[in-house]
Amino acid sequence: MAVEAERFRDVAQRMEVVLNGEATLTVALAGQPNVGKSTVFNLLTGLSQHVGNWPGKTVEQKTGSFHFNGTTIHLVDLPGTYSMTANSAEEVIARDFIIKERPDVVIALVNAASLERNLYLVAELLPLSTHVVVGLNMVDVAADEGMKIEPQVLEAALGVPVVPMVAAKNRGLRELVETVDQVARGEVPYQPNLPEIRDDHRGVLDQIQVLVTDWVPAPYPADWVALKLLEGDAEITAMMRDESLPAEQWDLVHEILMDHEDAVLAVASGRYDWVARMIRAAVTRPRVGQITLTERLDRWATHPLWGLAILASILGVVFWLTFTIGTPLQAILETYVVGTLADVAASLLAGAPAWLSGLVVDGIIGGAGTVITFLPILVIFFAVLALLEDMGYMARAAYVMDRFMHLMGLHGKSFLPLFLGFGCNVPAVMGARIIDSRRARLLTILLAPLVPCAARMAVIVLIAPIFFGGAATLVAWGLVAMSLFVLAVVGVLINRWVLKGERAAFIMELPLYHRPNPRSIGIQVWQNSSEFLKKAGSLILIFSVVVWALSTLPHGQIETSYLASAGKALAPLGGLMGLDWRMMVTLLASFVAKENAIATMGILFGSGEDAAGLDTALAGALTPAAAMAFLVVQMLFIPCVATVAAIKQETKSWAWTAFSVGLLMVISLSAGIAVYYVMSLI
Amino acid sequence: MSPTGKYESMESKTMTTDGESLSAVPTGEAAQIRKMQGGHGFLSRLASLGFTPGAHLRVIQNYGHGPIIVSVRDTRVALGRGEAKKILVERLARGDDGRRG
Repeated sequence: MAVEAERFRDVAQRMEVVLNGEATLTVALAGQPNVGKSTVFNLLTGLSQHVGNWPGKTVEQKTGSFHFNGTTIHLVDLPGTYSMTANSAEEVIARDFIIKERPDVVIALVNAASLERNLYLVAELLPLSTHVVVGLNMVDVAADEGMKIEPQVLEAALGVPVVPMVAAKNRGLRELVETVDQVARGEVPYQPNLPEIRDDHRGVLDQIQVLVTDWVPAPYPADWVALKLLEGDAEITAMMRDESLPAEQWDLVHEILMDHEDAVLAVASGRYDWVARMIRAAVTRPRVGQITLTERLDRWATHPLWGLAILASILGVVFWLTFTIGTPLQAILETYVVGTLADVAASLLAGAPAWLSGLVVDGIIGGAGTVITFLPILVIFFAVLALLEDMGYMARAAYVMDRFMHLMGLHGKSFLPLFLGFGCNVPAVMGARIIDSRRARLLTILLAPLVPCAARMAVIVLIAPIFFGGAATLVAWGLVAMSLFVLAVVGVLINRWVLKGERAAFIMELPLYHRPNPRSIGIQVWQNSSEFLKKAGSLILIFSVVVWALSTLPHGQIETSYLASAGKALAPLGGLMGLDWRMMVTLLASFVAKENAIATMGILFGSGEDAAGLDTALAGALTPAAAMAFLVVQMLFIPCVATVAAIKQETKSWAWTAFSVGLLMVISLSAGIAVYYVMSLI
Repeated sequence: MSPTGKYESMESKTMTTDGESLSAVPTGEAAQIRKMQGGHGFLSRLASLGFTPGAHLRVIQNYGHGPIIVSVRDTRVALGRGEAKKILVERLARGDDGRRG
């Protein structure tokens, strides 16, 4: 059925060509990580790209199109993968696209500076696609490393077109597209030199192929399926065992496979033998002992001590940028954009019922304002991260953090999404996708809300000086340290008692450092920010309206509202921390968005928007011990709605979402009570 | 709470007939992979990053605790210590690694 549907679609596509008078090509962009794939994709498609998810997967899918020589080229960015074996969702997506969607041309982008390993993927791509063009990227980096590569010699060996490029400097892209177009038209010779299995395993591969060939479902190639079975590929093995082969036939295959458990390495070695033949004449190696830039930088960046110091300074700079640029910008947006909007709306709705103007001004514009004013901080964060990632630094951060993440049963990679959490917990939770094992991913998601986000820091920065004066900075850093300490303790405990299991393998490439590409970083920041606006923005807006309703109904006064009733019901609990009902309402309101805490206090303590008035009102209402307890709870309290929504989306489980909320509630309240008692004794 | 303690005691036992474990090779030394242990998924991931029996590598960083960095097939790869233990290697004389990574 699937095949028929596909045929029908093919016909439909050809019809479209006839109707539009313009040919269309579907081109897939494949490559290992760190080959400059996103740079190439961004340069070719610009902002005409569509970002979504691969169907049924939490893996990002990017597509875009451009015109060349009277042809519309649809470019599909395949996930970056080291191989085409089912080790992760990315690999399955990449190969399924090539096998099932049959793109007209596959661009295999390779990094010239680590050609040997990069051609491993090409060895896997050639048997899968009928048209492969090799984009030999970063030839400048390879030259810097002292390697000499002759593209035409490589082309002759591979039997497929090879285009030398420096995507970061916009060189070779036009030639790449020209070649793709020519290959699609069949205008250039295409006789790929296909890799073959090592002689000692040829017999067994043939045996398997004979056994399965009649049962292999379309459109999978039978020889490829036989090879993947021999490699122990989890997905293909499950498919043949559970769906395609009759039980007795599978037993025969299984017996052979059991006798050749080591075949995975033999097949891989066979591919590297092929790679070695391909590059023998094309690549001249440098002398041994030359010290490269990457080597020099890594002596510091990956040093157990200096590496941590560098990471800490980077974090420091990010915070500094956030508070010296982000926070003032936030205030300007708040006053001029949101304030003006609210004034205009209020005057327009002057004659309307009070509830309507309240809904629009406080509910909708207030909510939208939260989202808008939060952007500067997020943009700073996204920009710094994109820059560090583009330069190749982030893998080093993961490396130096590995030994600490170890204590929580995680490995270095989990540090990367947690780092994002300092900006906002939402991208931190979503960023956990990069972690291979489900257990480690879940643990990372559960820990992410304990990273103090910028919004929480903003509340701290506002309240701490009121009670602690000159010591406010110290208090703020102490609270950050406390959050991270709690994160570590909770991580160790969850690892020990809740999510027991093996720690996933830590194997990670440390890419060469290189000069960042501003355009590529710009597009990345744009995409991340707009995705945040779309996903978190709409949620925050909806919940702002809900909370506005709860804080207004039934009598139009917050003091008598449902929210106040809830706060009063919680007052006994607050009493344990020296907090009255108004502070409990503030905590409840901060569930929507952490920075709501400030606005809520403004309303409840009757000072309106006047920050100076809030100072005196708060100082009168809270003892320093209670204020400290409040700050502690605020730091550790349940994440905002947007984060909770992200947790649900990423774990696909209400149970884990509820666990996360419950856990944080218990932790924050007990910490708050403990701090209050200790502080009261002093 | 130190992440270092538990590894050192095991390092001395890593010499076998198949060679010594990669985690025991000091910074700067070159070696050739003899054998790799582990499940299909682990071996396949290692292979796609350049680790196969016979491949030459050089240890870029090994502090005796925590993860290590090796250079294999022109690629720098960070490996957890536990992962490095599953790769058995034979040390090569200095300058015999054939290539730089």
